[in-house]
Amino acid sequence: MIRLVASALMLIAAMLPARGATEAVEITSPGGITAWLVEEHAIPVVSLAISFAGGATLDPADRAGLASMMAALLSEGAGERDAVAFAEAAEALAARFSFSAGRDSVQLSASFLRENLGPALALLHDALVRPRFDPAAIERVRAQIISGIRADATDPDAIARRRFAELVFAGDPYARPVDGTEASVAAITRDDLLAAHRRLLVPGRARIAIVGDIGAEEAGRMLDGLLAGLAAEGPPLPGPAAMSLTGGVTVVGFDTPQSVVVFAQPGVARDDPDFFPAFVLNHILGGGGFSSRLTAEVREKRGLTYGVYSYLAGLRRADLWMGGVASANQRVAEAIAVIRAEWARAAREGVTAEELEAARTYLTGAWPLQFDSSAAIARLLVALQEDGRGIDYLTSRNRLIEAVTLEDVNRVARSRLDPARLRFVVVGRPVGLDPEE
Amino acid sequence: MTTLRAAVAAAWLGASLPAAAGIPVSHFVLDNGLELVVIEDHRAPVVTHMVWYRVGAADEPPGKSGIAHFLEHLMFKGTDEIPEGAFSRIIAANGGEDNAFTSRDQTAYFQRIAADRLEMVMRMEADRMRDLVLTEAVVAPERDVILEERNTRVENDPAALFDEQRQAAQFLNHPYGIPIIGWRHEIAALSRADALDFYRRYYAPNNAIVIVVGDVDPARVRRLAERHYGPLAPSADLPPRQRPQEPPQTAPRRLVFADARVRQPYVLRSYLAPERNPGQQRRAAALVLLARLLGGSDLTSVLGRALQVDSRIALGAGAFYDASSLDPSTFSIWVVPAPGVSLAEAEAAMDRAIAGFIANGPDPAHLERVRTQVRAAEIFALDNQMSLARRYGMALTSGLTLADVEEWPRLLQEVGAEEIVAAAREVLDLRRSVTGWLTSESEGEAAQ
Repeated sequence: MIRLVASALMLIAAMLPARGATEAVEITSPGGITAWLVEEHAIPVVSLAISFAGGATLDPADRAGLASMMAALLSEGAGERDAVAFAEAAEALAARFSFSAGRDSVQLSASFLRENLGPALALLHDALVRPRFDPAAIERVRAQIISGIRADATDPDAIARRRFAELVFAGDPYARPVDGTEASVAAITRDDLLAAHRRLLVPGRARIAIVGDIGAEEAGRMLDGLLAGLAAEGPPLPGPAAMSLTGGVTVVGFDTPQSVVVFAQPGVARDDPDFFPAFVLNHILGGGGFSSRLTAEVREKRGLTYGVYSYLAGLRRADLWMGGVASANQRVAEAIAVIRAEWARAAREGVTAEELEAARTYLTGAWPLQFDSSAAIARLLVALQEDGRGIDYLTSRNRLIEAVTLEDVNRVARSRLDPARLRFVVVGRPVGLDPEE
Repeated sequence: MTTLRAAVAAAWLGASLPAAAGIPVSHFVLDNGLELVVIEDHRAPVVTHMVWYRVGAADEPPGKSGIAHFLEHLMFKGTDEIPEGAFSRIIAANGGEDNAFTSRDQTAYFQRIAADRLEMVMRMEADRMRDLVLTEAVVAPERDVILEERNTRVENDPAALFDEQRQAAQFLNHPYGIPIIGWRHEIAALSRADALDFYRRYYAPNNAIVIVVGDVDPARVRRLAERHYGPLAPSADLPPRQRPQEPPQTAPRRLVFADARVRQPYVLRSYLAPERNPGQQRRAAALVLLARLLGGSDLTSVLGRALQVDSRIALGAGAFYDASSLDPSTFSIWVVPAPGVSLAEAEAAMDRAIAGFIANGPDPAHLERVRTQVRAAEIFALDNQMSLARRYGMALTSGLTLADVEEWPRLLQEVGAEEIVAAAREVLDLRRSVTGWLTSESEGEAAQ
């Protein structure tokens, strides 16, 4: 039993920049596709990650869940193979593919054995470029997605995330669940899927990383072959999301012993001059695992929760300073009061020089630890590209963190932390909480 | 294609099998009984340091369920040298990450950190192996944390509540029937004295295995271990690991777990199953392959093909088997019915698919694909320090030896179709099974 909720760590991992020690280079294929490459020949494995910008945000209003369903169907039959034949071919090559859609992108993560690279890429090319969308596969996957939507309807974490999105992004595509609703998924047709495939898988909008037992020249040729045949252009991507984030508590009544809480205030953009001070500040406040202030006050001193965390969430079209906690119904009001008090104390008093020094040492020293497998490195390099970082960032990142001063952090704490605008969405039967909508 | 694959397998596995796919593995035992495994991975200047204790939830005294896991949390509180609450802070201030987990047969603590900090984390782990300091002031809030952890993992999740009931029904006598996190009423009564009794008895060098994976020199690791772990006194009253064993199980058990929060019902059946034992791993290897053949994938496994693709009775189906276990474990099969299909119909279809497999045996091409994936998993595992460390730690705390770990990949390639069918015939016996239905309240009432 891991002591800390793993998802909290994964959420912050995506925003940590790369270590200086990794030798990543930018390559451009003969066909003009650019990618970041890390050569690592010690193990005969090649991993690939691709993110196509767009995602569920481009779903038509009455077809929520379309991007997600399209992504799920890419490996359910392609080219000459139906779903079963495709799965058998992938198994015979021990090739691992996974496709998924998020709010802002469609993601591919793949790992291959070096010796099977050619045939595995041919199979992946079929999935990306020639998916069949066979009616039998569509109906099977549709039923699975609807089952998941029904299960989410009574999952307190899913209820909290959904209600939060509806509240903060009312009227924006971000308000819709990525997997859609029972009604919207039931309405999706094969033509919708074909259109979404053309609209979303656009090589010009792809961020790509390759890690493993492969050289630059071969990687370039590989990318040209892999993406050949995809649509050259897609529809325009929408601008910033309209956000309405007011302070207060929203209670969603649900019969469960432990209330689940999502909270947020407005965030800090990745390209904002305040971003690095805010990043270090968040580490001290609620991002630093066992050593954060929120963990010390809510968990260690008072035993109110198993996990409490905060993070700077960088959606492509909105920035939020988010967090989460879960606490028994009769204790959750106290947990929220402590979080508010810590938020206010940090805004008022800032942090100490000792806290800043510990945060800087951790954040710069722990960087290589993020690199625990080729597939993880590839996903991380893609996330950095999505954040708009250049490849020089791999070496400059630790210097940017070292450069953050106590004055920077405390200025950002005063100007950006806003306890009055913290919105808490609570799912459960909380005792002693007034639901001020 | 077949011969090519065979040749590839031989190349991957190596003739002399020094370790998984030929990576350098060293093994030492110190005079005080502490065992060390060192695996070199020089790709990055990083090290993973794990201390595994041969004690888990199944070793708890009666009435004290959850004490192994509670102690695991309390191990982060402080020692005679490390101030209260400072353990993880010191690791973090050195750019490292740490955590721990408790299982039925083992408890493990780990750090991931720059390779030049290995000596520091060894000193800290050695310190808390014998010199833990616990005050009442830290014990009480941590017990509340664990009750909240139980809320998060179990009380808020009907599938987890269902699984506790099923597991309790599976084991008539063995403590594997008790949840690792503990029953709620017993957690609430755990004390500082309970934690310290458990600690003093089980946390000692003669009950520990240190696993180091990373950018290290094995000879230097040995010197550091001798310096820091070497002086620790062994436990004098370490009991033999003999838990109450199962009597013959002679009656199929059934249960219906109803909860208003359930929106997607399913049926899950577990069977009592033999585990990997030292020098005797063939049957467990056959069961690993059986689980993959029956339920290793949605579209191509026996259950997936019959229930999801051909008859469309199910939205999902699968099988899993817990091979690394000190005492006999379980082999499980589950089916999520499609809308309009009852749990009874889903269960009947599951039984038909199993009977068909036992009658016909595996499709040779399917078995070959499964073996290919198992071989590839050996290569992919080299890519992650934690997964390598876990492989050795799990095995060595489950009563296995290094030789067993090294032999295991070969057995997975060797065990034949007849052995797999024989294992299925023997293990998939209803008299040693629990069939559970997870359902919403209304349907639960209807089923009764």
